[in-house]
Amino acid sequence: MNVQAWTFLCVAASFALYIGIAIWSRASTTKDFYVAGAGVSPLANGMATAADWMSAASFISMAGLISFMGYDGSVYLMGWTGGYVLLALLLAPYLRKYGAYTVPDFVGDRYYSQLARVVAVICAIFVSFTYVAGQVRGVGIVFGRFLEVDINTGVYIGMAIVFFYAVLGGMKGITYTQVAQYCVLIFAYMVPAIFLSLLITGNPVPQLGLGGVDQASGMALFDRLNGLHEQLGFAAYTSGTKSTLDVFFITAALMVGTAGLPHVIIRFYTVPRVRDARVSVGWALVFIALLYTTAPAVAVFARTNLIGAVSDTPYSEVPPWFTNWEATGLLAFDDANGDGRIQFRGPASPVPNELTVDRDIMVLANPEIAGLPDWVVGLVAAGGLAAALSTAAGLLLVVSSAVSHDLLKRTLLPTITEKGELLAARVSAAAAVIIAGYFGMNPPGFVAQVVAFAFGLAASSFFPVIILGIFSKRTTREGAILGMVAGVTLTAAYIVWFTLMHPELNNADHWWLGISPEGIGTVGMVINFAITMTVSRFTPEPPSHVQVLVELIRIPRGAGSAHEISA
Amino acid sequence: MSEHPHGSHADERPSVTDPVVTARHAEYWRRNIRYVAILMGIWFLVSYVFGILLAEPLNAVRLPGTGFPLGFWFAQQGSIYVFVVLIFVYVRLMNRLDRDFEVDEQGGA
Repeated sequence: MNVQAWTFLCVAASFALYIGIAIWSRASTTKDFYVAGAGVSPLANGMATAADWMSAASFISMAGLISFMGYDGSVYLMGWTGGYVLLALLLAPYLRKYGAYTVPDFVGDRYYSQLARVVAVICAIFVSFTYVAGQVRGVGIVFGRFLEVDINTGVYIGMAIVFFYAVLGGMKGITYTQVAQYCVLIFAYMVPAIFLSLLITGNPVPQLGLGGVDQASGMALFDRLNGLHEQLGFAAYTSGTKSTLDVFFITAALMVGTAGLPHVIIRFYTVPRVRDARVSVGWALVFIALLYTTAPAVAVFARTNLIGAVSDTPYSEVPPWFTNWEATGLLAFDDANGDGRIQFRGPASPVPNELTVDRDIMVLANPEIAGLPDWVVGLVAAGGLAAALSTAAGLLLVVSSAVSHDLLKRTLLPTITEKGELLAARVSAAAAVIIAGYFGMNPPGFVAQVVAFAFGLAASSFFPVIILGIFSKRTTREGAILGMVAGVTLTAAYIVWFTLMHPELNNADHWWLGISPEGIGTVGMVINFAITMTVSRFTPEPPSHVQVLVELIRIPRGAGSAHEISA
Repeated sequence: MSEHPHGSHADERPSVTDPVVTARHAEYWRRNIRYVAILMGIWFLVSYVFGILLAEPLNAVRLPGTGFPLGFWFAQQGSIYVFVVLIFVYVRLMNRLDRDFEVDEQGGA
């Protein structure tokens, strides 16, 4: 069997599994549809959260990004894990106790205001759609690269699968498919990583191999890589080039954004009790950390391998994977000095660089670079699809519940029946899948950049008002609404200014205080906090039933299954 | 399972009017905030201080027994391990606190 056949087999088998699970776990009530009946075990929810959270970007792009960024890649590693500490300590238990179905549900009730609810709905839809377009595109790209089908056909197939289990099963279907998707994606990620670690360091645990000794040179792996970097004119791998302040702000924006993303928050509505919500965040981070501590190891192995395999190698003697990836256009060699050898050089080198490498190659080409069996390549394709599909489904559910629950049931049509609401939820899920598919096939040029900014928007809108809603009884609706609007407007304006309107100015010389658009969410969050707290001091205190509600949220006892507290 | 209004749980719903109960709840909340403050302090220390602000000077030191420059290790490995531990420590502390203050979900006295 060749690579193509293995890939078809792995992808088809995993898709059959997802469809089987979807049929087994159909949703029959709105509660099933929105929060999986609030009956998911903390461990299963942790796994589902991990799959929900880790997107195509984590699976395919992250190790490659770190590989090229070195120390600067730390912003993603800390930023995309540290947010779970915030979730466990500050958000998840209280939101579970409150027992709403959606994030705007909580914001609308806590701030006794339909306006606050609608602002939250708009923020949730905006954040989720920016994020989902990138996932759908990822599905198309994996299909295109491994199965050699047209990217649009790939998007159709991916959308059909998501349509099937999201529309049929809602949160219940999504949860159990995500558990399966986590297993597929982590297996697909770890197998090549373990092989690579054995090959380079002789240690089967990538996390330990990373701190080990490079078997080829007998030096510590980091010393060898830093030495190679210095020789070739790259910045030292362990130091990086971003300013300390920018690293600080980007990390904070990603952490807080993680804790403010609606599709992550609602996962903790699906467990039976408050104590389950706390421990479930812990399990989620364990499952995420497994991939996130492996990624920096893969990054270093891939970097060392790449430099070792190609640097100053005569072009006529390159290994076969080099020519394979050259054919895809993701690897390009331009023999500037005409000596027939590949000069791979950094910005500090007097010799011009002749090799350009797309970052996504690092994970996808690893099995070939390491000479692993064909089935591993097929596995990686199935893993990439699992990562993209699971995240897309979670995001689409947020969009559909924002429409059917927050807009219809809680705002426009409060008399809608249970059956009517369930139908509306399915219809809006279907519509969301179709719109996402459209964006996947006709991506606005800026999607790739904008995905990272979904975090900035989540950080500057939801995080402060949810935290203050729980920890400060004095926070008023006027404060919350103004805070959300100000935070998100400022963040969006800064991002739009530098990435869409003036991309030529998008560098450290023009940024405010040297803070990049990726890090501006932190500033937006601080402004949101400041405005919400200040305005709350000068507006009438919240009505007494809301203050009682906050008292009750703080105490675990009395949490039934997820429902609406009509306080 | 159908939705049910919160009122049907009235028997297990903690009182917010009884002054003795309210005082206990206030104490419970104060201790919770103290746990959160200490754990968040550690969270900040390992990521923002060791992993970012002091990363460069710490890189002069190796993590004992390995080739890891210490600042880099905190930024790409250590902080993540500590995050996991912090959450499970908080889970244990809160489960005990919930029982001590009789606000846990197991029912009971």
